[in-house]
Amino acid sequence: MNGVTVSAKVNGDAVQYVCPADESLLDVLRNRLNLTGVKEGCGTGDCGACSITLDGRLVCACLVLGAEAEGREIGTVEGLSEGGKLHPLQEEFIEKAALQCGICTPGFLVAAKSLLERNPNPTEEEIRYALAGNLCRCTGYDKIVRAVQSAAKIMRRGKKAAR
Amino acid sequence: MPYETDYTNQGFTKVGTRVNRPDGVDKVTGRAKYGADANAAGQLVGRVLRSPHAHALITKIDTSKAEKLPGVKAVLTGKDFPDLTGGNRGLMDILENCMARGRALYDGHAVAAVAAIDADTANKALKLIKVTYKQLPHVTDVDEAIKPSAPIIHDWVRTAGVTPAPTTASNVAQRSEFGHGDVDAGFAQADVIIEKSFKTEQTHQGYIEPHACLATLGPDGSGELWVTTQGHFTFRNVCASLLGLEVAKLKVTSSEIGGGFGGKTHVWTEPVALQLSRKANRPVKLVMSRDEVFRATGPTSSTSVDVKIGAKRNGKITAATAELRYQSGAFPGMWAMFGAMTSFACYDLKNVKSVGFDVLVNRPKVAAYRAPSAPMAAFAVESVVDMLAAEIGMDAVDFRIKNAAKKGTKASYGPVYGPIGIGPTLDAVKNHPHMKRKLGKNQGRGVACGFWFNFGGQTCTDLNIGVDGSVNLTVGTVDVGGSRASLALIAAEELGIDYEQVRVTIGDTNSLGHNDTTEGSRGTFSSGMATIFAARNAVEVLKQRAAATWDIPVEQVVWEAGEARAKGKQNNNLPPLSLKEIAAKSPRTGGPIAGHNEVVADGAGVSFASHMCDVEVDPETGATKILRYTVVQDAGKAIHPDYVEGQFQGGAAQGIGWALNEEYIYGDDGRLQNAGFLDYRIPVCSDLPFIDTQILEIPNPNHPYGVRGVGETSIVPPLAAIGNAVSNAVGVRMTHVPMSPPRILKAIEDGQA
Repeated sequence: MNGVTVSAKVNGDAVQYVCPADESLLDVLRNRLNLTGVKEGCGTGDCGACSITLDGRLVCACLVLGAEAEGREIGTVEGLSEGGKLHPLQEEFIEKAALQCGICTPGFLVAAKSLLERNPNPTEEEIRYALAGNLCRCTGYDKIVRAVQSAAKIMRRGKKAAR
Repeated sequence: MPYETDYTNQGFTKVGTRVNRPDGVDKVTGRAKYGADANAAGQLVGRVLRSPHAHALITKIDTSKAEKLPGVKAVLTGKDFPDLTGGNRGLMDILENCMARGRALYDGHAVAAVAAIDADTANKALKLIKVTYKQLPHVTDVDEAIKPSAPIIHDWVRTAGVTPAPTTASNVAQRSEFGHGDVDAGFAQADVIIEKSFKTEQTHQGYIEPHACLATLGPDGSGELWVTTQGHFTFRNVCASLLGLEVAKLKVTSSEIGGGFGGKTHVWTEPVALQLSRKANRPVKLVMSRDEVFRATGPTSSTSVDVKIGAKRNGKITAATAELRYQSGAFPGMWAMFGAMTSFACYDLKNVKSVGFDVLVNRPKVAAYRAPSAPMAAFAVESVVDMLAAEIGMDAVDFRIKNAAKKGTKASYGPVYGPIGIGPTLDAVKNHPHMKRKLGKNQGRGVACGFWFNFGGQTCTDLNIGVDGSVNLTVGTVDVGGSRASLALIAAEELGIDYEQVRVTIGDTNSLGHNDTTEGSRGTFSSGMATIFAARNAVEVLKQRAAATWDIPVEQVVWEAGEARAKGKQNNNLPPLSLKEIAAKSPRTGGPIAGHNEVVADGAGVSFASHMCDVEVDPETGATKILRYTVVQDAGKAIHPDYVEGQFQGGAAQGIGWALNEEYIYGDDGRLQNAGFLDYRIPVCSDLPFIDTQILEIPNPNHPYGVRGVGETSIVPPLAAIGNAVSNAVGVRMTHVPMSPPRILKAIEDGQA
């Protein structure tokens, strides 16, 4: 095996790993760094269950090579909560019953967080199109959209209060 | 029966509230462990080689090169699975589906498997296995498969349910007939008769989590299986039977399940993973790719259905018949039977007959998919019902109300109904604001009804009270969509304690007695029933402990609002003892406090729903947009309304995908052409509107809390509701699902011609 040595940051922590040149970042995260919150639904970039951020940009981890992460910042669902406190999106997904089986939830949370960073006050349509790359087979998306709307509202209020 | 199961109409304080689910934090932080998230020291990677042919003799498999590849620890073919089924044809079908035995029966059929030190080595090993095929004629279409010219899939199949028993092989595995009355006489009384044929294409459950397991089986015949499944007890029994193991020596743990919808009630590769582990004497992790999930795990039937219904001008149906042809893939199933049973279940009919034909084709073995077989029958029947209403000039909802089944109706599939919800759901539809929304150009509205039986089954539950008064409830049904929250609510209700005091665990196969698979919308119904009885048993123990503490007869102790109270004037000086207080003293009053229950949860209440839907069809592209969608369904009693609504919405969304877009597309070569989420497109967030729900509660008299299963019925009406809406929008009757843009455009063109 011709390994590539990679240094990167995952959820703010420095990590180093060796992986074959053709191994996906998804496999690296799951199998080498034990971040199994990142899910594999298809391995072809169609379902969004492996949504992560790479230098702040939303990507499917299955479409990125582990070797490409050299020197970059990776964000996964495991990095969403800070300290003992859940992110408002996490809170609202529980509060609004926005998950049933939960396999797509990590991807939705990462994608929704990315949306709200870009657009703190999205319309329903903007939410639906921003999350169109994340498949959910259980919920019909109804309660997911409502949870994102609710979290967005809470986050806007939080920002206002901080000002 | 030692227990009173009758509905007792309690004044609930916990049940019916919208509490946060206990597994929520695990699932939003990524901590929850699904099928592919477990690992074992020294584990190997398992991979399966699959047939590229729809139908072929396997004349030779040469595994020698793969075996010699460094890092390969085990290679298997059909020869490594001796026939231990003892003549049980159903078990043999499962075994043959797990690994071909001399013949590949569909594109994707497993022919060999390897276990290697890593994925790369396993993939290389698959390429080194040389399979020599002799291709055979194939058939993938249900109507083609019935024709005398069609290639026979299994030479041992004789059509069951026909007298005299046939002597020649057929692709029709079974004929099933249901009904009563005299349909000929009924049609003779009709003023109007509508007869129409319909087709539906094959769809997949489409759970986002692929099948995955971690199998360990040692040379001593004992093993463990971690697996994403709806029925770990059933998986244990099937795997043990196929591999010659003692049931008690195979511990199966159900992981968190990333969606199932019926598709994870069947064993697909787990025996292969266990056999690889036995051969290599190391743990084997086997995770399917999405391509494998589509090609080799059970989709639902494609169908072809003829329906004929006659009615009087006053709107009363006089007779109804249906002939339903359901393909079951390469192995016999029971799918046409379910179609025939459910087809007319919504209506009160004097003369009715439905005949189902279970048809073999070269496609994957069909599996249950949420109210299996009912949506296709409903599509055909509810379309004809709409056509009939239009023909006699009656409102489609009024027509249904006039003919709806009610308490005392003899159902078309046999039983006489108790209190049921079809009438009330239709009344709710009639009065719903949705029905008053003004329709615009190219828009149409559709209504349809649906039915599902629901199931109870074997259930075993344990309730243990800790010394601090917290309660651990262990159940054997899998939590597919929030049932842990519902069951904790039920335990809290019975014990009179806080919801947060209860923790629900899904027990493995060595922790509880047998539990049937979590299917038939039975999770909350049956485990709820067993939880109620287990809690009542625990309450008896709590009362005994209180009586002993007070030194009074147990008959003078009652359990109210979470505490033991001493009744009678002579006991006035005894302050109540809370559950926590009794639990704290338990080490000195007789040891641990527990309640247990095992039950066959009979009396699952039948479930009805009515859906309404508004669509807009683009006449230039044929694309359909769902503008508004509303589900009305009888839940019996909604234990946790959020998750009941979730089931309504999820089923509707799956039905919308099926109605408009999803289908298995086979080429002339018999190969599946769209085995991926890009080409087999399930609805995405931007495809759908909010899905409104209305929960009705018509108590099931056979459950202490009135519960009916709620999981499945919601997928039954959408095909027909959308079919009716699209037909109304374009002015042409739609008869083929999915109503994809090309089919709609063609229907419009044909309609204008």
